[in-house]
Amino acid sequence: MYRQTLTQLAAELRARRVSSVELVRAFLARIEASQSTLNAFVTVTAEQALAQAEAADRALGAGRGGPLEGVPFGHKDLFCTAGVRTTCGSRMLENFISPYDATVVSRLKAAGAVMLGKLNMDEFAMGSSNETSYFGPVRNPWNPALVPGGSSGGSAAAVAARLLPAATATDTGGSIRQPAAFCGVTGIKPTYGRVSRYGMIAFASSLDQGGVIAASAEDTARVLREMAGFDPRDSTSVDAPVPDYLAGLEQSLSGLKIGVLKEFFDTGLDPAYERCVREALAVFERLGASVREVSLPNIPLSVPAYYVVAPAECSSNLARYDGVRFGHRCAEARDLEDLYKRSRSEGFGAEVKRRIMTGTYVLSAGYYDAYYLKAQRVRRLITSDFARAFGEVDLLMGPTTPTPAFELGAKVADPITMYLNDIYTISANLAGLPAMSVPCGFAAGLPAGLQIIGPHFAEARLLNAAHRYQRETDWHLRIPEAYA
Amino acid sequence: MALTREQVENIAHLARLELEPAQIPRFQQNLSSIVDFIGELERAQTAGVPPMAHPLPGLTQRLRADAVTETDERELYQKNAPQVAAGLYLVPKVIE
Amino acid sequence: MSAWETVIGLEIHAQLATRSKIFSGAATAYGAVPNSQACLVDLGYPGVLPVLNAEVVRMAVRFGLAIDARIARQSVFARKNYFYPDLPKGYQISQYELPIVAAGAIEIVLEDGTVKRIGVTRAHLEEDAGKSLHEGLGALTGIDLNRAGTPLIEIVSEPELRSAKEAVAYMKKVHTLVRYLEICDGNMQEGSFRCDANVSVRPVGTEKFGTRAEIKNINSFRYVEKAIQYEVARQIELIESGGKVVQETRLWDPDKGETRSMRSKEEANDYRYFPDPDLLPLEIDEAYIEAVRAALPELPDAKAARFVCEYGLSAYDALVLTASRDLADYYEAVVRAVPTQPKLAANWVMGELSAALNKDGLEIDSGRLSAEGLAGLLARIADETISGKIAKDVFEAMWASGESADALIEAKGLKQITDTGAIEQAIDAVMAKNPAQLAEFRAGKDKLFGFFVGQVMKATQGKANPAQLNELLKKKLPG
Repeated sequence: MYRQTLTQLAAELRARRVSSVELVRAFLARIEASQSTLNAFVTVTAEQALAQAEAADRALGAGRGGPLEGVPFGHKDLFCTAGVRTTCGSRMLENFISPYDATVVSRLKAAGAVMLGKLNMDEFAMGSSNETSYFGPVRNPWNPALVPGGSSGGSAAAVAARLLPAATATDTGGSIRQPAAFCGVTGIKPTYGRVSRYGMIAFASSLDQGGVIAASAEDTARVLREMAGFDPRDSTSVDAPVPDYLAGLEQSLSGLKIGVLKEFFDTGLDPAYERCVREALAVFERLGASVREVSLPNIPLSVPAYYVVAPAECSSNLARYDGVRFGHRCAEARDLEDLYKRSRSEGFGAEVKRRIMTGTYVLSAGYYDAYYLKAQRVRRLITSDFARAFGEVDLLMGPTTPTPAFELGAKVADPITMYLNDIYTISANLAGLPAMSVPCGFAAGLPAGLQIIGPHFAEARLLNAAHRYQRETDWHLRIPEAYA
Repeated sequence: MALTREQVENIAHLARLELEPAQIPRFQQNLSSIVDFIGELERAQTAGVPPMAHPLPGLTQRLRADAVTETDERELYQKNAPQVAAGLYLVPKVIE
Repeated sequence: MSAWETVIGLEIHAQLATRSKIFSGAATAYGAVPNSQACLVDLGYPGVLPVLNAEVVRMAVRFGLAIDARIARQSVFARKNYFYPDLPKGYQISQYELPIVAAGAIEIVLEDGTVKRIGVTRAHLEEDAGKSLHEGLGALTGIDLNRAGTPLIEIVSEPELRSAKEAVAYMKKVHTLVRYLEICDGNMQEGSFRCDANVSVRPVGTEKFGTRAEIKNINSFRYVEKAIQYEVARQIELIESGGKVVQETRLWDPDKGETRSMRSKEEANDYRYFPDPDLLPLEIDEAYIEAVRAALPELPDAKAARFVCEYGLSAYDALVLTASRDLADYYEAVVRAVPTQPKLAANWVMGELSAALNKDGLEIDSGRLSAEGLAGLLARIADETISGKIAKDVFEAMWASGESADALIEAKGLKQITDTGAIEQAIDAVMAKNPAQLAEFRAGKDKLFGFFVGQVMKATQGKANPAQLNELLKKKLPG
C-alpha cells in the first residue's frame, strides 16, 4: 500500500477500498520503525492522526470529504500547527506550542489531509544537509551514512522512504529541490507569493516559499492545488486564481522550447550526474520538445547575492526570539542584556548564529550599500537574465545540485563549501520563479535531480513537463531497498 | 577581508549573541571567509541598476479595512511565555 | 546673555485614531487590561505577518494635504532594528528613506502677531511600542503590549524653531491640525500626542548648528516649554564654562524640573534599516489623493481668516476660537442663533463659557451648555431684556441648573426695568432717603453721581436699564 502514490491512495480511499485509519496505522508503523535510523520526524502525532482518520473515514463513508480526505500527510516543522509543538528544528522553540495554524496547514486540513507529524529540518531552515537541526540530523534513506539534503531533509527522506505519501516543505535557496534531488523524490517550489507564508516561520521573507515534496509530479500537483492561493493575512501573497494543476498534466510537449542553462554545466558538476541530466533532456526531445543552450551571465553571482540578502533578512526575522514572550529563556538572567544574550546564544545553534551575524554585519552602518544594496542590484540583474531567457524559451532545465548526496560531516567545517551546494537552486529564489526537482536517474547509485525552472506562475507548465517525463521514466517510483 | 576580533564582538553584541571567548576565533574565521565570499559582488556591474527588494515586479501593498477582528486571547498566548504575572510579560528590571 | 541663538526641531508622534492597529486587527482602545489587546501580530509571534490598515494611509494623506506637503506616490516601510522589551519583534516597522509625506509647512503666530512658516521635513507612518511598567514588581519590569502596533504618524519639523515659545506654538498648531483632521484624539495625558525635541544653541550670527541633545517623550505643552528652556540654559552654561555639549538622548524630569542623560539609550545605535520584506511598496495614485482632498474639512488657518472677515473678529479672537474644531463649531452655532451679535458671541464663548469649562475641567463638547442655550442668553442681552451684568448671574444659574435663560429671567424676575416711570420712582425714593448726599452733590461734589447710580441699582436689584437710569439721574439730581 505504501508503495502507491498519493494520487492512487486518494482514489483508493474515495473508493473505500482502504480506510484512512488503516493507512494511517500503516504509515505510523513505518515511521516508528524508521525513526532510529532516519530521524525524519521531530514530533509524531499518532493519537491526533487516528482521530482525524476516523473522522475522515466517516466523511468518506457519507460521500463527503475534501480532495485529500484521509490521506496521511506531514508538515515541515516550521509550519505552525495549533496545539502541536512547532520547533523549527531549534532548541529555541523546543517547547513552543503554536496557538494557531499556518494558512497552509488549515488549507490542507480543510482538504482532508491527515497530519501524522512534524518533519525534521535544518534549524530555522538554515542548512543544506539537515545537520543543523537541534533534534539531530536526518539520514538519507538511500544510504544512512549520507545526508538527505536540507533544509527540508525530513520531508524528502520521509517521502523517499515512503513514511508518508507527501509532505509540505519550504524553499529559501533550494531547501525543497536539493533534498528532493538527494532523496530521489519530486519537489516543487512555487512562484513567490503563490503559497501563503502566514504561519510559516520566517527565515528570509523575500525568498521563503512553501511547497510540497511527493513521489510524483502528479502528486505534487494534487497537493499544491490545495495549498496555493491568495491569503489576506500575507501582504506578499498574490491575489490571482489558482489554475487546476491537474487539468493540464497530460498536455503534449510537442513544440515546447527548453533552454539548458549553460552556467549550470560549467564547473563542479559531477560527470555521472551530468549524464543523468543529459539523458533526461533527450527524453524531452523524444517527447517533441526542442532543447537549446541558454546563458544567464549573472547566475554565478547568485550565491554571494543570496548570502547577503538571506542573512540580512534572517538577522531581523530572528530578533523576536528574545526569551520574553515565547521560546527558550536562560536561567537566572542577571539583567536584561544577559537575558537576551544568553537566551539567544543557548537557543540558537552555530549556523544560525553565523547567519544572524553575517546579516547584522551587512546591514550595519558603513556596509549597507556595499553589501545589501549591491546584492539587491545583483538580484535585479539575475532576474533580468531570467526574463530575457523566458523571452526565448518556455522552461529552463539543468541539474538540481552539483553532486549527489554527500556524507554526514563532510561539509560542516566549511560554511562556504556547504553554501555552494545551492549553487544551482538559489537563483530561482532570488527571482521568485517556480522551480522543481524531478528524479532523473542515479549517479554512482545515488539519486540525481533534474531541475526545471519556469516563468512566474508557470507551475502548470512545469508540472505538465515533469509529469510527461515521469510517464516515460520510472526513476520517481524507485524506493530505497531498506524501505521497499 | 579579515574581520577583527573586536568587529566580531561588536556584531555579536548588536545581534545580542554571547560568544564564548573560545568560540570567537572560529566565528572570526568563518565570518571572514563569508565576507570574502560575498565580496565577489564587487565585480558586478550594477551602475544604474535599481535595487530589488521583492521578487515579483509591480506588486504593491494591499490594504486591510480598519476593523477589529481579534479578540482577547491573552491566556492562550501567554502559555508560551517563560515568566508572566498579572498578565504582564516579565523581564529583569529595565533602567531608563 | 543674548549672544546665543536657540535652534529647535520637533519630532511629534501622534497616534492615529483608528479602530484597529496599523498592521493587525487588534483593538487600539486606551486603558484595556494588560496584553488583552495584543494579538499574535502585535506579539511578534513566529510566522505571523503584517497587513497595512487602509485608514492609516488615508489619515496620513489627509495630514499631508493639510500641510501642503508632497504625498509620495510610492512609499516604503522599513525595519528599524534594535532590542528592547517593549518592542516585540526586535524591530519597529517605520518608514525611512521614502516616507509617505514630505516637504510641508505649518504657520504659527508669534507673540508679536507676526506669522512664521515652519517647514515640515517629513511625516511618516510607524508602529508604536508597548509599555514597560516598573511599579510593584521588585527587581522585574512588566511588559504590556496593548499599545504595540498602534499607528503613529511622526511629524518631523525642520530645525527652524528659535525659542521654547515658538516650539510650543508649533506643537499647539500641529495639535489643532490633527484634531481638525480627526486623525488623532490629541489626548496628551494618554500619550496620544507627544514629542521629542532636538535642541542646540549657536552663537548669534553663525550658520553652523551646535551639537544637539534630544529630549525624549515630552507629553505636555508646558513641559515642552520648560524642558527646552532648561536645556538651552544648560547648554549655554556648559559652553560658557568651557564645556562641550555631547550629542545624547535626555529625559525631562517634571518633578525635578530638569533634563538628564538617558544612559540606557546612550550606546551608539546602529538601527540597520532595510525595506521590510513582509510589506510591499505602498502606492498612492492621483485619484486617491483627490478623493481625500475633497473630503478635507475647513482648516484652522482658513477658518480663522473667514472669522475675521465674516464676523469682524480680531485676528487674535479668530485664532483663539479656531484653536479647536469643536470650539469653532460651537461659536458658529451660537452666531447662527444670534446672527447680529458675532462679537458678543465671541466675548462670551472666550470669556464666561471658557472660564466655566476650565473651572469644571470640561471640554466644549461636554453638552453642559448648548450653543443654542448660550445664544438664548445673548439674545436677551441684545434686546436689552437684561443688562450685561445681570447676564453674568443668569449664565451662572444656567450653568448650574441647565435651565434656559428665558426661564431663569422670568422665574427670578430679572427682566430689566425700562419703564421710565418705574425708574423715576426709584430715583425719587433714593433721593428722599439720602438728603445729605443730595445736598453735597448739589454743592458741587460730582463724584457722588456714582453713589446714586449704585443706590438705584441696589433698589431695583440691578434691573434698571443703565442707560435710562443715567439719563434720568442727570435730569433729576441737579434739582
